Amino acid sequence: MIDFLGDVLAWLTDPANWEGERGIGNRLVEHVLISVETVAIAAAIALPAGIAIGHSHRWPGLTTGVVNIARAIPSFAVVALALPFAIRLGLGIGYWPTFLALVLLALPPIFTNAVTAIRVVEPRVVEAARGLGMRERELLWQVEIPLAVPLILAGVRVAAVQVVATATLGALVGWGGLGRFIVDGFAVQDNVRVFGGALLVALLAVLTELGFAALSRWRSPRGVAQTAVAR
Amino acid sequence: MGGNQPWVRWEWIADNRGQIWDQTVEHLQLTLIAVGIGFVLALGLSLLGIRFRRLYPAITSVAGILYTIPSLALFAFFVPITGLSKTTAEIGLVSYTLLILIRNITAGLDAVPPSVREAARGLGYRQPRLFWEVELPLAVPSIIAGLRIATVTVIGLVTVTSIISLGGLGLFILDGLRRDFLTPLVVGTVLTIALAATLDAALLVAERRLAPSNRTARASR
Repeated sequence: MIDFLGDVLAWLTDPANWEGERGIGNRLVEHVLISVETVAIAAAIALPAGIAIGHSHRWPGLTTGVVNIARAIPSFAVVALALPFAIRLGLGIGYWPTFLALVLLALPPIFTNAVTAIRVVEPRVVEAARGLGMRERELLWQVEIPLAVPLILAGVRVAAVQVVATATLGALVGWGGLGRFIVDGFAVQDNVRVFGGALLVALLAVLTELGFAALSRWRSPRGVAQTAVAR
Repeated sequence: MGGNQPWVRWEWIADNRGQIWDQTVEHLQLTLIAVGIGFVLALGLSLLGIRFRRLYPAITSVAGILYTIPSLALFAFFVPITGLSKTTAEIGLVSYTLLILIRNITAGLDAVPPSVREAARGLGYRQPRLFWEVELPLAVPSIIAGLRIATVTVIGLVTVTSIISLGGLGLFILDGLRRDFLTPLVVGTVLTIALAATLDAALLVAERRLAPSNRTARASR
């Protein structure tokens, strides 16, 4: 076991393994880039929609429904099914099916947390703001959204961690990223590469979580809950 | 996935009925074992966290890290130790249930009103009877809510175990990808979702039967 971990460490620290298109460096950059891109696009779609629906206080059962459905669909299936869709859309294999799957997976947590974040803003606070003569737009931007920031961020955090995790599966539809080391390592029964790749993915996921936790502490108004309501 | 192959070839399903059934059972087994072991561990850890409050943040932090690690990575960690075995899959799957279950079990037990505990003590209940006959039954709705989330999550994650050469419905998804054949991919996905919906509904029914409030309601009728 000690020998094995030594081999993993040697694999991770060998400069030759970091270079080139198939090297750790490039795979890491690919993994981070696709995660940032897909979470950003999902947020650009889901945040306005979620905030608008939360503000309207309509469809009270919507978030629970979305959460339940999203949880029941395996992310592996989303990645796998994105492949035939991407091919039929003429986008080919590799990057685009992975991209499509990751955006789809990032939407529900961002959306549901945004809806809830706005909905749970204390009604008395909203009343008071209206009483002060605030218009809807002012109310939304100056009261509701600032108070909703922690929960909104929590939704983005859940999405980001899930995206970093699922991007690993992109290797199965012909894409790169850190999952390549795990999948290719399995194929040639190279346990050192499998373990090294797993370590990198795990670290990236934990760092994403911790990064968002720090961001949330920094950006949150005092005394407002920061925990995600929906994973 | 090239060409215009249909989403589902029914002949394939008819020809592979046996295999489909076997893998569905396998999927169910992997899930139930994981949730079962996860529940026992989570119950123990929750009781530890309730008895020693200072431990609770540490317990949830560790469970939180396990929950954050991508499933394929978690499975991969144990391959060098436990090989391509069911143990490897179960270690990973159990790890994912812990955070969800510990949170719900603790929340459920914490929500038992002190007055109820007092009344039970007054009636002569002592530990461990107080726990098994009063506290735990009152926590049932919260515990089952946790079990539902954990079960549905695990069913999704079991599909990933096919990548480490284990069974379950993920085999069809992987097979479909490898052979460029849509039917098994669709079958694997649909059955996984159906399995999740079925177990979720079963747990909901279990909650209605087990929750004490409903029991008294039925008795008073």
